[in-house]
Amino acid sequence: MAERERILKIRNLNISFKTDSGTVNAIRGVNLDLYRGETIAIVGESGSGKSVTTKAIMGIMANNGTIDSGSIEYTWHDENTGEVRTEDIVKLNEKQMQKEIRGRKIAMVFQDPMTSLNPTMTIGKQIMEPMIYHYGKSKEEAYAKSLELLELVGITDAEKRMKNYPHQLSGGMRQRIVIAIALSCDPYVLICDEPTTALDVTIQAKILELIQDIQKKKNLSVIYITHDLGVVAKVADYVNVMYAGKIIETGTIDEIFYDPRHPYTWGLLSAMPDLDTNDPELYTIPGTPPNLAVPVKGDAFAPRNQYALNIDLRVEPPMFEVPGSTTHKVASWLMHPNAPKIEMPHALKKRLEKMEKGGK
Amino acid sequence: MEEKQPILEVKNLKQYFKISRKFTVKAVDGVSFKIMPGETYGLVGESGSGKSTTGRSIIRLYKPTDGQIIFNGQDISGKMSKQEISMLRTKMQMIFQDPMACLNPRKKVMDIVAEGLDIHHSYSSQKEREQKVYDILELVGLSKEHANRYPHQFSGGQRQRIGIARALIMNPDLIIADEAISALDVSIQAQVVNLMKKIQKDFNTSFLFIAHDLSMVKYISDHIGVLHLGHLVETGTTEEIFSNPIHPYTKSLLSAIPVPNPHVEKTRKSLTYDHDQSDVDYTVGTEHHVGGTHYVLATDEEFEKWTKQ
Repeated sequence: MAERERILKIRNLNISFKTDSGTVNAIRGVNLDLYRGETIAIVGESGSGKSVTTKAIMGIMANNGTIDSGSIEYTWHDENTGEVRTEDIVKLNEKQMQKEIRGRKIAMVFQDPMTSLNPTMTIGKQIMEPMIYHYGKSKEEAYAKSLELLELVGITDAEKRMKNYPHQLSGGMRQRIVIAIALSCDPYVLICDEPTTALDVTIQAKILELIQDIQKKKNLSVIYITHDLGVVAKVADYVNVMYAGKIIETGTIDEIFYDPRHPYTWGLLSAMPDLDTNDPELYTIPGTPPNLAVPVKGDAFAPRNQYALNIDLRVEPPMFEVPGSTTHKVASWLMHPNAPKIEMPHALKKRLEKMEKGGK
Repeated sequence: MEEKQPILEVKNLKQYFKISRKFTVKAVDGVSFKIMPGETYGLVGESGSGKSTTGRSIIRLYKPTDGQIIFNGQDISGKMSKQEISMLRTKMQMIFQDPMACLNPRKKVMDIVAEGLDIHHSYSSQKEREQKVYDILELVGLSKEHANRYPHQFSGGQRQRIGIARALIMNPDLIIADEAISALDVSIQAQVVNLMKKIQKDFNTSFLFIAHDLSMVKYISDHIGVLHLGHLVETGTTEEIFSNPIHPYTKSLLSAIPVPNPHVEKTRKSLTYDHDQSDVDYTVGTEHHVGGTHYVLATDEEFEKWTKQ
């Protein structure tokens, strides 16, 4: 196997927002790695900090947010000289960021295609704009490339569509356009922030398959942000589960889906009905996520965790490596060698076993 | 055995919107189904298939172009008398998709929930009004103190509970839930669905559940209708639809559901159904009986072809 090429390396990222009700520590020490051609997914409830993390990577945080500490290192091959360069995005100023990274190296697909497209510009203009801006291409070159891109994202009649305005297209078409724009500058990394939440199931499947297809063709790295575990199962190689601004479990897709270790991951997997579910009541995680304006003591999930140990209320758990795996890590005191042995809920275990068998 | 009367019967409902002199959108074109008391009917389909329009026509937010809607034994599709309107507006309620957009941000929860009571004068004293609101809030899992807050002070799941409380306070026989859980997180979706199931068990309320998330629809519904381009292409019990889908559109819809199982999901490709290229004309098809309560819209040849596959 070829050596994996690391593109993004996030270490100990801390982000806080200043609000009227005090400082909110939205991201508390996130570590993340992304390798070339691979897909990672970040899952979690709303407010867990998934979007903030990726916005920090793009450098498009809200004005009241600051990166308190940590680094986001981005590695790429220089187009002209071919040498390997590494920059810490956190240290770049706005001008460098806009010129070098944003849009050009890292592109983003947003949730709602209607709000991310400009309603007063034609599709064609919007696809050509970044190429002209970033690479100084002539209009003719940009036009030819745009047609190619539209075909790549599966839009027929590309020439006719170039003259259309966003409101003339359906939701699925619009999202395809957004993807085409994101791909126009040949980025290395594509960040998809809930790319299919605003679309319905049939179109969702199509868009996900499209992104997978393009990823293979262009050897892209993709970061998915979603709360839909079905989507995660379809696309991701690695999964990061986020809760209250921390990654609490990370591992390969098989490790997370068939051998989850954190009680929160158990809860997420249990809450999702699959097509065989016919229990009288769906499982819900009790309680609500913590208020991050108040400093978190111990494990942020402890108040909602029926398996919480005493130590969970006092000391924050470090990342424990799951024995026998180099990729699977869990932030829970339950993984400590001295902790009492607690198995995942019986119903979930049975379901996961059945799933694992059914898939093979 | 005594024949049970359906709570709602929709016969050949048509809802057209005239855009200009030459152009009319046929949003719903001849839809018929029945909902029994205490039952949940799931209406699924892609965006633009007319699911929401159907729901809105039934509760008479639109005036239906043609067809009959029989609710509690009364025809509510034409011009209604005062009693009929008052019956419809109390006994049929709706829960909307976006809980932030459907609650008045300037009103307190108390007044939002009690609005129906105010309009229909269903209390004799302020104390009774308060008590009714408190009872209903408790039922949906909120507390008394919440009554004096404003909608923005709640989380998404709590807001949806307020929407449900507002629907429930009139003691409805039928609740139309129009994408009521689509805007919520997975874990909160489960809470709201559990609440709807509990209400159904306690009060024998019927639900018309409009959604595009098929795994949730399968979980909550007794009967399912698949809507496409304003036509009900397939209808039957949940079991019948999921175990034996006949119509190619239903098949493509079912194949598109993401399964939270990486082994299956990685290799699976969804089926495509392109209506323009399939030359299936919904207007010439008739209902074909598959078995039980399972019907599919097709012409004779189509029906033969689809069932053979």
